[in-house]
Amino acid sequence: MAIDAATVRKVARLARIAEPEEKLEPLARELSGILNWIEQLNEVDTDGVEPMTTAVHATLPMRDDVVTDGGDPARVLANAPKSNTNFFVVPKVVE
Amino acid sequence: MTELTSLTLKAALDGLQSKAFSSVELTQAHVEAVEAARALNAFVLETPDKALEMARASDERRARGEGGPLEGAPLGIKDLFCTEGVRSTAGSKIIGEFKPTYESTVTANLWRDGAVMLGKLNMDEFAMGSSNETSAFGPVVNPWRSRGGNAQLTPGGSSGGSAAAVAAELCLGATATDTGGSIRQPAAFTGTVGIKPTYGRCSRWGIVAFASSLDQAGPMARTVEDAAILLSSMSGHDPKDSTSLPVEVPDFASFCGKSVKGLRIGVPKEYRVDNMPPEIDALWEQGIAWLKEAGCEIVDVSLPHTKYALPAYYIVAPAEASSNLARYDGMRYGLRVEGGNLTDTYEKSRAEGFGAEVKRRILIGTYVLSAGYYDAYYLKALKVRRRIADDFDQAWQTCDALLTPTAPSAAFQLGDKSDDPVAMYLNDIFTVTVNLAGLPGMSIPAGLDGQGLPLGLQLIGRALDEGTLFSLGSALEKAADFKAKPQKWW
Repeated sequence: MAIDAATVRKVARLARIAEPEEKLEPLARELSGILNWIEQLNEVDTDGVEPMTTAVHATLPMRDDVVTDGGDPARVLANAPKSNTNFFVVPKVVE
Repeated sequence: MTELTSLTLKAALDGLQSKAFSSVELTQAHVEAVEAARALNAFVLETPDKALEMARASDERRARGEGGPLEGAPLGIKDLFCTEGVRSTAGSKIIGEFKPTYESTVTANLWRDGAVMLGKLNMDEFAMGSSNETSAFGPVVNPWRSRGGNAQLTPGGSSGGSAAAVAAELCLGATATDTGGSIRQPAAFTGTVGIKPTYGRCSRWGIVAFASSLDQAGPMARTVEDAAILLSSMSGHDPKDSTSLPVEVPDFASFCGKSVKGLRIGVPKEYRVDNMPPEIDALWEQGIAWLKEAGCEIVDVSLPHTKYALPAYYIVAPAEASSNLARYDGMRYGLRVEGGNLTDTYEKSRAEGFGAEVKRRILIGTYVLSAGYYDAYYLKALKVRRRIADDFDQAWQTCDALLTPTAPSAAFQLGDKSDDPVAMYLNDIFTVTVNLAGLPGMSIPAGLDGQGLPLGLQLIGRALDEGTLFSLGSALEKAADFKAKPQKWW
């Protein structure tokens, strides 16, 4: 299925990536090319097939519900673009 | 000191053990080789001081009669692995200055066993690429050139830095990762050995995530035995990765050289694709003949859904990537480009920080997961994935391992496929099935094409049966007697 510039604008918005107007058309063509190639999956009969969500046949292990890490704000903040007294500094969210 | 860098990992470990040389001497030789090979762009960060410090500590441990299975061996680390206090970028500008405050489990296992880190290796951005051209640090150049030519070739991707560094004898071995072929295709393009183990064999903790249900770490080395030694150290259950398997790690090296007599080798007919160079077809036939001579029984098998593996992969992997890469929002770490408000800041940071291929995949992933398309694309791909895994289960009824070519071509020129995403994706046509099914796959250098470029054969095994792959791999290695090396031009 071909996707148009408006769809790319919407998807880029959902993905939180700024795409300039002039890039939307070329991106739509590129993504349509990839999606058209992907459409061949429709040839496969998947009626009654369970979706495969994991490559391992193992149940997730349980552990005791105890604190095993943490309490080290300096390490947590070490790569922050902005921080102040043990907090991340982020743009204002609530007016 | 070139002779020290030409040693296999095994020979170097033996030399250290017999005190023929020290880890400092061995490491110094490699540090010099790395410095002299900057034209390859294999390393994005050289850590010579750290390497020599680790080598000195290793020599001291050895002097005290201590030491692990990799004691004193200098290795290269793909930049996807977080290394404590050492910049780890995943080949991306968005975490171009990121210095982890923790160590990935796989690299921690290597240091526990005595290995020495030479530096961090270049790669496609977030491991998304088959030619190393998506790296924010520029592409790695393959040490191999076609006979009489001087065109720059790709070392493959995404683990192109690992492959080039091992092939050019800049390190004794390297870590790599494989989501759709990123260990095996570069191994084939550079005449090196690479194995992607069973999903869950190695912990993913501390490896920058691309597609979590497909990503798996593995080694690249110059011999099958070296790869086995490295994989034994890298593997093991880790409580910090719930998908890492709680199983014993075998001594993989003990499988090398074991008789392969009586093993049934499946040859899947669907891997004979159109436009495959005749040399690759001929090499495959040769590989079949070698295993037959070694006492294997050859069985024709069918993996009918093979052609659907790549399109399924290009839904599953981007979907997981779009979710995984949502974390790069410029708030807690990484690049932040200030905008007018919070959303604007997110959008600008991500637009500035991600390269074109990564954005393309995030957009595809976001699209196939979006309301109205989830069932048609994502769910459909997961069902096809099951079909592909079932194909393998069916094949294991009649054979013990599969033999295929690793890649549909030899190394191509940098720039050749960078305009056509689908043409680039087709590089992984023989490798991606294994990731979808979670199985182990290994590439072994088996010969040269008419241009003098290396070609690889791939062995695929049952889940957790890497041992059989090491036995078969060393049988192929012995038969192929692949001794060619790239002519040094760098």
